[in-house]
Amino acid sequence: MAKKELIQVKINGKDREAAAEPRLLLVHFIREQLGLTGTHVGCDTSNCGACTVLVNGKTVKSCTMFAVQVDGAEVMTVEGLPSNGALHPLQEGFKEEHALQCGFCTPGMLISSYALLQKNPKPTEEEIRWGISGNLCRCTGYVNIVKAVQFASNKLAQGGAK
Amino acid sequence: MIPPAFEYLRPKTLPEAVAMLQQHGDDAKILSGGQSLIPMMKLRLARPSHLIDINRVSGLSYVKEEGGFLKIGGLTREAELEASSVVRAKYPLLLDTATVIADPQVRNMATVGGNLAHGDPANDHPATMLAMGAQVVATGAKGERVIAIDDFFVSLFTTALEHDEILTEIRIPIPPAHSGGAYFKLERKVGDFATAATAVQVTLDDKGTIQKIGIGLTNAGPTPLRAKSAEDALRGKKPDAALINQASQLAMDSADPSADLRGPAEYKKGLIKELTKRALTRALERASK
Repeated sequence: MAKKELIQVKINGKDREAAAEPRLLLVHFIREQLGLTGTHVGCDTSNCGACTVLVNGKTVKSCTMFAVQVDGAEVMTVEGLPSNGALHPLQEGFKEEHALQCGFCTPGMLISSYALLQKNPKPTEEEIRWGISGNLCRCTGYVNIVKAVQFASNKLAQGGAK
Repeated sequence: MIPPAFEYLRPKTLPEAVAMLQQHGDDAKILSGGQSLIPMMKLRLARPSHLIDINRVSGLSYVKEEGGFLKIGGLTREAELEASSVVRAKYPLLLDTATVIADPQVRNMATVGGNLAHGDPANDHPATMLAMGAQVVATGAKGERVIAIDDFFVSLFTTALEHDEILTEIRIPIPPAHSGGAYFKLERKVGDFATAATAVQVTLDDKGTIQKIGIGLTNAGPTPLRAKSAEDALRGKKPDAALINQASQLAMDSADPSADLRGPAEYKKGLIKELTKRALTRALERASK
């Protein structure tokens, strides 16, 4: 077994640390070492985006990064969606617009949508589709996911949470 | 899929990184964006014994015009290239290309340097850099050297970089007035590699004659290709529909795509002709503005 490296990371606002072999993928570190199983392993070939998390505010595929790379960084997973005890407008939108069936792609979709709305609070339909183009869904055909993002965009514009 | 074990090194400076490459020889690989390398390691197609993570080396990420060139730092992320105001204003071919590389998540990590240094004809920037007549700066133990892009791609996954060299900068000659470019890529779905793609960069003179022309082809052979016979047919001429068609045919004839999951060779060749036609047309439109 190769020498383990110490990883110190701020995850969903909390400082955590754990030791891991360099070859441990970030997605496995998040799920197994940190116990946050919202982030999913979908295709494992860097295609589907079910493993999408935020690293220093940017969306990345956590199956295509090593955990050691986030030493000193801030990571947000789906568990960290700001909520103040209630559902985040995106989560509410996914519920209201029936934007999930099996739910496997959903955490990745939520993170990508969150990042999209941070950068572009009032996206057009085309911009939403481009924004989630790194996330595949086998169930829904994407239509309701787009509607959910529009729901959230409207709700946030009305002065909801961030 | 789990990569084989490796030693992880985290240099803070470029000289440190180069020294590590020198020390560990052939078995060491640079970790830049990792969006090509890590998938290969997960499939165990790449098994470096040492991974040198250069993501913490500062000063390698920039997009600026200087000394007659657009200079792009090797560690510049594709997302940064997409967002750059100078690229958006003056380099439509680069913007076209960056936009269709993989998907948003990959573009946040993937670097321009890595896209070239990986030596994969399926990557998108090689064709674009060929079309633009770019240069690549390699930094190694013996210092810096400049490599013309035409000399850079040697064979599949092999570039002109020595084992102890890092691709630190890409230089694109600033296009003169009446220049335009375009990248047309056909992919099965967003995020895929190109089934076929063509990059065109063109400069017209005051009378509308083609003064400078570069045509690069993605995934049309074991290395990124320049469609030289097509370029020769266009140079010095006033473009019209017949000439564009002729050049597109020549581009097709010069390509040697392999059959794979994305389609048979004949299909890909047909695509090359059509995409070259569209890229030429759009590039000329933009050059005429």
